[in-house]
Amino acid sequence: MTKIEKVKYLIIGNSAGGIGAVEAIREIDKTGSIKIISNEPYPTYSRPLISKYLASKCSLESMLFRPPDFYEKNNIHTYLGKTVKRMDTDGHTVELEEGKTIVWRKLLLATGGLPIVPQIKNINQRGVFTFITLDDAKAIDGSLENADKAIVIGGGLIGISAAEALVKRGIKVTIVEMKERILNTILDEQASAMAEEALRQAEVEVITGHTVDKVTGERKTKGVRLDDGKEIPCSLIVVAIGVVPRIELAEGTEIKINRGIVVDHNMATSYPDVYSCGDAAEAYDFIYGTNRLTPIWPNAYIGGRTAGYNMAGMKAKYPGGTAMNALNYFGLDIATAGVVAPPDENGYEVLARQNDGIYKKVILKDDSVVGMVFVGDIEKSGIVFGLMRDRVKVSGFKQELVADDFGLVSLPRDLWQERLEH
Amino acid sequence: MRKVYVKEEACIGCGLCQVYCQAEHSQSKDIVKAFKRETPRPLPRIHVERKGEVCFAVQCRQCAEPWCVYSCLTGAMRRDPITGIVTVDDDKCIGCWTCILACPYGALVRDESRKLVSKCDSCPEHEVPVCIANCPNEALALSTDGENGKARS
Repeated sequence: MTKIEKVKYLIIGNSAGGIGAVEAIREIDKTGSIKIISNEPYPTYSRPLISKYLASKCSLESMLFRPPDFYEKNNIHTYLGKTVKRMDTDGHTVELEEGKTIVWRKLLLATGGLPIVPQIKNINQRGVFTFITLDDAKAIDGSLENADKAIVIGGGLIGISAAEALVKRGIKVTIVEMKERILNTILDEQASAMAEEALRQAEVEVITGHTVDKVTGERKTKGVRLDDGKEIPCSLIVVAIGVVPRIELAEGTEIKINRGIVVDHNMATSYPDVYSCGDAAEAYDFIYGTNRLTPIWPNAYIGGRTAGYNMAGMKAKYPGGTAMNALNYFGLDIATAGVVAPPDENGYEVLARQNDGIYKKVILKDDSVVGMVFVGDIEKSGIVFGLMRDRVKVSGFKQELVADDFGLVSLPRDLWQERLEH
Repeated sequence: MRKVYVKEEACIGCGLCQVYCQAEHSQSKDIVKAFKRETPRPLPRIHVERKGEVCFAVQCRQCAEPWCVYSCLTGAMRRDPITGIVTVDDDKCIGCWTCILACPYGALVRDESRKLVSKCDSCPEHEVPVCIANCPNEALALSTDGENGKARS
């Protein structure tokens, strides 16, 4: 017999977006029933910390995104380790794999992303891993006993964080990046070169401009063969190419999907009472002025928060998010956001400054900051990102933005005054 | 809410707020020891910015909508719903610096030796934060109701 449960707020996803939403809901509605469903069996934990888990096998408790009593304190019922089989938007129901049906009034699809796994021969065999969830990190950890060498496919953020963790475990790592440089979506050429140098200092081999043609070894991974025929032996492979929005529940419904689930300024989907956020959603990017995928943790939380307020009946507008990342891998501090390598067309102005391992670059368009890369000295990068977020015209003081002694005091009086009075 | 405001017209840029903040957040709570003997050296969570004739102290604005908290990857950064004070949990902070990129005031500090972020905690053990108590020209003032009128007198 199918069990039917009713709930006011149903959240699918238990990571940054889902938590942002329930925290906002509870600010407005202290008593409305909330349920969270996640196919992961853990209480909410920080996904970025899986790198720390792999490096040092830290405890789950130290990885928790919220205190252990979070659900109890907020009166949230959880279904952890449960998978949603089907969603019916018209009927306002979802069906769990175990047969239970949940009727909801407001629904949030905070389902996150799925790792991209390229179609390569033997890619699904033992010894090949992805690196998104704690279970991924546990699986890699479980394979390290006799491992000495790893190949990381993909030189983006996930790949670099996997590489750093493996290096800390004494594994020799080779990164294979398809494009000409690592971290190519979030860094410009100069900063990529600095990051690559930091990796080499840590004895990570970096191969760029090549792809992996096949995984060698049958059943047990023995290495990879690159597109130029070169073979590299290894005992494990981490596939870290990126994520795609996890949208399967919305597929076949009336919910509008582009690359991700399309949401408006209230984080509402095209279907009434259904909201989305985070890696699953395509939300407003204030730099591009259009909806885009920006699969980063802060945007998931902030988008989830906006969704939560609206679900609870308070109108709230998503401020928009853009790609923004601070990195501290292999001892190199980097802060980056927006358009880091402007397209080859008129209208962009680049200000840059480099000395002694410090690099600062700001990209302007129509007198506003649209991109930034800070390496080494990043402490004031937030001021520049704030100007970017607020679309402040900076033409009168643009040279200051990359100066060594840049600070609030470098801004015009009215701007610093407003900030000090905040 | 307990928040420190600076009066730019009264700030003489002496940096005593920094000195006392550093001592307050040291092991010994002694100015000389805090500066000369302690390893790792404690960090001030307030800093004085100077340019030409303008100078003022900058520290955490204890935002009601804190970008640092919303951006924190690990849950280390929290805003106390009652006091409104934004704190960082040293055990949870991993020094990823996402909060630094998120803070529009440049108010957060990298503690390089401990690889975690450091910020104004509003001196919870004192009736008045030490930066205010030791400012020689009353350039720093406390507001408890979120109104900055008092500070700007």
